[in-house]
Amino acid sequence: MNDRLYRIILFVAALVVPIVCGGVVYALVTDAHEAFEHFGFLKFLTSSEWSYTEGNEQYGALPFITGTLMTTLMALLFCIPFSLPVALFVGEYFRETKIASVLSTVTDLLAGIPSIIYGLWGFYTLRPIIMELNISPQGSGILTASLVLAIMIVPYAASLSAEFIKMVPNDLKEGAYSLGATRAEVVRKVIFPVAGSGIFSSYVLAIGRALGETMTVTMLIGNTNNIPDSITSTGNSMASIIANQFGEADGLRLSSLIAIGLILFLITALINMIGKIMIKRARIV
Amino acid sequence: MNKLKVKHRLAKDKLMLWSICLLAAMTAVPLLAILGEVLLRGYDQLSWSFFTESTPTAYKAMKAIAAGEPIPGGIANGIVGTMIMLGMAVVVAVPLGILCGAFLAENSKSRFAQFVSYLTDLLQGTPSVIIGIITYIWVVVPMKGYSAIAGSVALCIMMLPLIIRSTEETLKILPASLKEAGLALGGNKARVMMKVQLPAAFGGIFTGVLLAISRVIGETAPLMFTALGCSLIRFSIDKPISAVPLLIWEFFNDPNLQELIWGASLFLLLFVLTLNLLSKYLAKKWNH
Amino acid sequence: MESLTSILEFKKTCVSYTKQTMAVKYVSAAIERNTITAIMGPSGCGKSTLLRAVNLMHNLYPNIRVDGEILLNGENILSMEPIDVRRRVGMVFQRPAPFPTMSIYDNVLSGFALNGMKLSKSEKDITVERCLRSVALWDEVKDVLNKKGTFLSGGQQQRLCIARALAMKPDVLLMDEPTSALDPIATKHIEELLLELQKEVTILIVTHNMGQAKRISSKSMFMYLGELVEYGDTGTMFSNPTDERTKAYLTGKMG
Repeated sequence: MNDRLYRIILFVAALVVPIVCGGVVYALVTDAHEAFEHFGFLKFLTSSEWSYTEGNEQYGALPFITGTLMTTLMALLFCIPFSLPVALFVGEYFRETKIASVLSTVTDLLAGIPSIIYGLWGFYTLRPIIMELNISPQGSGILTASLVLAIMIVPYAASLSAEFIKMVPNDLKEGAYSLGATRAEVVRKVIFPVAGSGIFSSYVLAIGRALGETMTVTMLIGNTNNIPDSITSTGNSMASIIANQFGEADGLRLSSLIAIGLILFLITALINMIGKIMIKRARIV
Repeated sequence: MNKLKVKHRLAKDKLMLWSICLLAAMTAVPLLAILGEVLLRGYDQLSWSFFTESTPTAYKAMKAIAAGEPIPGGIANGIVGTMIMLGMAVVVAVPLGILCGAFLAENSKSRFAQFVSYLTDLLQGTPSVIIGIITYIWVVVPMKGYSAIAGSVALCIMMLPLIIRSTEETLKILPASLKEAGLALGGNKARVMMKVQLPAAFGGIFTGVLLAISRVIGETAPLMFTALGCSLIRFSIDKPISAVPLLIWEFFNDPNLQELIWGASLFLLLFVLTLNLLSKYLAKKWNH
Repeated sequence: MESLTSILEFKKTCVSYTKQTMAVKYVSAAIERNTITAIMGPSGCGKSTLLRAVNLMHNLYPNIRVDGEILLNGENILSMEPIDVRRRVGMVFQRPAPFPTMSIYDNVLSGFALNGMKLSKSEKDITVERCLRSVALWDEVKDVLNKKGTFLSGGQQQRLCIARALAMKPDVLLMDEPTSALDPIATKHIEELLLELQKEVTILIVTHNMGQAKRISSKSMFMYLGELVEYGDTGTMFSNPTDERTKAYLTGKMG
């Protein structure tokens, strides 16, 4: 094989990625067009009605955008108290020890569990507990979904943050110790400020994961098409409404679901892009 | 006064250490709880027939429940479907991903490569449910029906960025001397890539492929709109087909089949976690 | 009588990284107050290891053992709380490493911030000016106190690190090859500074530069393979070393 042919083959293989991505955007935009045209883009985003009575179909994305944001932000909130200690455990306190690699394996395995199994566990184990505690009568809802979602994103946030915590130069840590600081003080006043932007960016990427998580949320959020009025009420996320209704939808409803898919795609792409740019910056510093 | 303050600070330091240990250890709780629940509840469902027979109809299951017998049948249709779709996806995604990864590693400075690299990240971060929608629009609509092909296209799109990344990263950390030595011996770039670099990177790429498989094998949402599911053991690729995660979803929604959930989940979980651990083990072994 | 002049005393101090090998073997020596003592020796002789034992840096690494005694004003520091010892014994490292997230001003005060000590604004201002003046950095940075410390040159950064250690008013200042990462001019500045500083603080400095030891120290230690071979007046040691190994090192026949 000569060099020219080799280069052409590699180039063609690399072209596949832009073609697929372009195709994704093209297909989503064309098929979402009908919904946007019918309702108007802004109206579609801000309407909270979702009814498919024939003759008077009304579709709006607001309940699902709200549902997605609520589950994601709450998952982030629940995830931090566990992912940060894991990151410190692996990246600082027990760095490069056997016990740290055991903990890394545990989080790797957590990351490997399929989301449908998280959903099952949430439904059969966590939901009864929530009902038992009288937090919500039906057990399903934003809260239940976020709790399981939080467990699912702990591994992503923790492993990336640990990487940045490990990168804090030893010179700085020893410098702080030599001034009489305790380890807790070194963590708070040297490691966190120095690794801060990296740690922050790993949470941005964890949000990117949580936004599009489908099966777990579908199984736990309760699947009602209204704007959730409290954290224990039921709702739907953008991903879960698609999972629930895509199979049976056609016409305007199908187009509306694809429009929700487009919005979800854009939000996820934006968040991931911000995260990646921040990570690149954090690595240089 | 000063002594007291030191004591206070040391106590805080200890408290921090212990809370970190405690909270970090608590992440093992969900893992053990999930493993435990799936194991305990799925264990007695596993039998020979569970892996060789296909899913029973709701009617058969109802009859068995009414007679107080265990539900007949198993998940063979799902296993076959998963294997067929995964096989097709791997056959396309692996060579394509390796070539694309090689392109990125060789031209890391070019504008186009950086663009492709960025899009790879974009694709990797795209929610799987959207990959499902896309495949539905691309494959299911033109083919006028759900099919194993559609399912495998979805899996393929999800695997591609993972394989591209692992290939690129493995090739990039190979010592430059390896490539230079190959070129110095008179090999052209293509030959050096095929005969020297890719074999040297085999370990990294292979574990990347294993990891990619373990990631997509449990995917449910994209298969719901593409492969749809089917209660027969099927080998034709242009018809709807089942998959293990699709079966779990089906059992979850059908009260008559709920007993089968745990066996199917146990099978899927063990499969995924074994692949996961295996790839980690191999990565460690081949790195030293 | 000795305890009156000696501030720091090593008594059969040993440091071991593993069970089999000792990096520092039974070092005994008394360091005089308000002097500069240089520790010399070929690389790997244990000079940095000995220095780091004095502010209990080795406690950070669970595998390292320190045995014997090290007395600070007559108290054995090995049985004291590390964070107490480290406030009384400052340290300056080989590579200047000001905290990158803090301004110059905050870097000088970082010891207080790290120890959770609160100062009033005027106390802060006074401390910053005093410390930066004593490292001869005040005139150069007084208008840019709010800029990040990493924005300074290497020599200035190292002086900032000395200022940060001085701010805690330590009894002893340990310096681990503080000029090895600096150019000759910056090195000269630091050496002049140290000669000034010995009035306020006792300095123990590890150096691989014999010229430096000769220029600034009044006492010198020569270490070889973990042992303290010779300890005495710098002048005497350079003109008339008693041990063959010291002689070989000083005449350049070794490391």
